[in-house]
Amino acid sequence: MSASFYSADDLAGLWISLKLAIITAVALLLLCTPLAWWLAMTRSRLRVIGEAMAALPLVLPPTVLGFYLLLFLGPHGWGGRLMQQLGMAPLAFSFGGLVLGSMLYSMPFVIQPLQSAFQGVGARALEVAATLRAAPLDRFFTVAVPLARRGFITGAVLAFAHTLGEFGVVLMLGGNIPGRTQTASIVIYNHVEAFDYAAAQRLSATLLIACFVLLLIVYAANRRVPEAAAVA
Amino acid sequence: MSLALNIDWSRPDFQLAVDCEFPASGITALFGRSGSGKTTLLRCVAGLEHAPHACVRFNGDVWQDDQQFVPAHQRPLGYVFQESSLFAHLDARGNLEYGLKRVPAARRRIGFDQAVQFMGLESLLAHRANELSGGQRQRVAIARALLTSPQLLLLDEPLTNLDLASRAEILPHLERLHDELSIPIVYVSHEISEVMRIADHVALIDAGRMQALGPIDQLLTRPDLPLAHLEAAGSIFEGVIDEHDAHYHLSYVAIAAGRLAISLRAAARGQRVRVRIDARDVSLALEPPQHSSITNILPGRVIDVTDDRDPAQRLVRIDVGGRPLLARITGRSVAQLAIVPGMPLYAQVKSVALMD
Repeated sequence: MSASFYSADDLAGLWISLKLAIITAVALLLLCTPLAWWLAMTRSRLRVIGEAMAALPLVLPPTVLGFYLLLFLGPHGWGGRLMQQLGMAPLAFSFGGLVLGSMLYSMPFVIQPLQSAFQGVGARALEVAATLRAAPLDRFFTVAVPLARRGFITGAVLAFAHTLGEFGVVLMLGGNIPGRTQTASIVIYNHVEAFDYAAAQRLSATLLIACFVLLLIVYAANRRVPEAAAVA
Repeated sequence: MSLALNIDWSRPDFQLAVDCEFPASGITALFGRSGSGKTTLLRCVAGLEHAPHACVRFNGDVWQDDQQFVPAHQRPLGYVFQESSLFAHLDARGNLEYGLKRVPAARRRIGFDQAVQFMGLESLLAHRANELSGGQRQRVAIARALLTSPQLLLLDEPLTNLDLASRAEILPHLERLHDELSIPIVYVSHEISEVMRIADHVALIDAGRMQALGPIDQLLTRPDLPLAHLEAAGSIFEGVIDEHDAHYHLSYVAIAAGRLAISLRAAARGQRVRVRIDARDVSLALEPPQHSSITNILPGRVIDVTDDRDPAQRLVRIDVGGRPLLARITGRSVAQLAIVPGMPLYAQVKSVALMD
C-alpha cells in the first residue's frame, strides 16, 4: 500500500528528514549543554556576545544562513578548502552539510531552554551539593542535569521539530539531491511546483500528524515532571 | 582542636575583618545583627566564598592560605543553609543518601538509620521536599549534613525562616546533637533566646568585626558588650535536677551557687539542665531576706556596677558560686544600698526559666 501511497522520493525524503532531525537534535544537545552552562553561569562580559550569537539564527532568514554556509563550505570557501586539504569530502551538497546547517539554524532552540533551565537550577543547589562532597562534574550530572531536565526535553523536541520543518537552509546548502539531501519539506515543495497537490497533501499531512503526535507525547510526559524550584 | 580564621576582606559594600580561633567543641553561636558578616564568615569557612589573602585552618589542616584553597567538597564539614535546601528532584531518602554515598565507608561515623532516628525522620523518607513542612525540611537538611560524618557542622540560621512551632520542633534535636555527638558546631543566629538556649560559646560580630569570643555565661553578662544591655538580658546557669516536690509542684535545680526552685518538671533526677535568669527578675538585698515571698535566693559578691541604656537603670554583675549573675535595678537602689564592687549581698530571683 505504501508503494502506491508514497512515491520513492517521498519515502527517501521522509527518511532523510527523520535522520537529519534525530542527528541534529542529539548533536545539538551535546554541543549546547556546555555552551548553555557557560552562558548560565558566567559573569564574564563575553556572555552578551555569546547570547547575541546564539540568538542570531532566530532572526536571520534561513536563506542568508544557508548562503553564507554555502560560500564557507564550497570549494572556494576557506572551510571547504581546509576540508579538501585534510582529504575530507566537501560538506556542501552533502548530508553532512545539512546536519551542520540544521544545527546552526536550530541552535537557539536548544541553547535558550537549556540556559534558562540551568539558571533556574541556581547557585544554591550546587553549593548544597558541594557541601555534601560532590565534585564539580559530579554536581553537574547529579544535580544540574536532573533539575534542568525540562530544558533538555524542550530543547530536544524543538530541535527535532524545527529541523523537520526546515526548508531554506537545506535547500541552499543541500542542493535538492533526491535520496541524499532532499528532505521531506523539499519533496513537498517539488510536488507543489509540479502541481501534484494530492502528493503534496499526503506528505504534508504525514508531517503534520507526526509532529503533532510527537509534541503531544512530549508535553504529556513533561506534565508529570513537576516544575518546582531546584531546592525546596 | 580548633578552627582558626584570619580574614581581612573589603568590598565596596561590606567588610569582614576577623582574626580569631573558635573552640572546636560544643556549640559556638556566631551572633550579630543582619548584615554583620555572619553568613559571609561561615561561607569562608565552608569554602563557598574565596576571600583573598584569608587563612582558614581546622585542627592543623590548612583549608585556605596564600598557597592553597581546599574546595568546599573536600572540606570535612556539614553545612545547613538558612532557607530550605533540599534537592527537589529527590525524596527525603535520596537527599539523605546524597552526601552519605560520597563519603568512603571507612570514614562514616554516623549511619543512615542513626541519623534518621536522631532527627525523627522515619515517616518522612518517601516524601519529596515540596511535601514537607519547613521544619521537617530543616530536619532532613540537618540529618543530610550529619550523614557526611562531618568534623565540623556549620548551621546558618537554620531556624530563622520557620514559625514558632517548627522552631520548637527542631530545637530539642539540636540539643541532642550537642549532647550526644561530639561534633563542634558553629551556629549563626541573630536570636538571643536561641543562643542562650543552646550555645556554649558566643562569638559576637558587628559590622564585620569580631567584638568578643568566649564562654556564653561570661559574654552574656559583660557590661562592655551589647548583650548585657538587651531588653532580654540575663544570665544562664548549668545545673542538674536535684529533687521534686510534688506537694508544692516544684522541682529543684542544683547549681554551683545553691538550689533554684522551678515549676514541677517531668525530668529525671540527675538530668542536666540549663536555666535562664532574666536580669530584670533579680533584686538585691544586703541581708538574707527573712520574710519574703521569693523562694530563690543566692548569696554572692558584687563584681561591678554599670550604667544601662535607660539612665534610671544600673546593671549589677554578681559572682554567685563562681558564675556571673546579672541584675538590672534602679540607680536609686544602687545608691540607697550603697552597692560597690566586692560587696557581699543576696540576689533574690523572682523567676527562673528552664530552657527547654
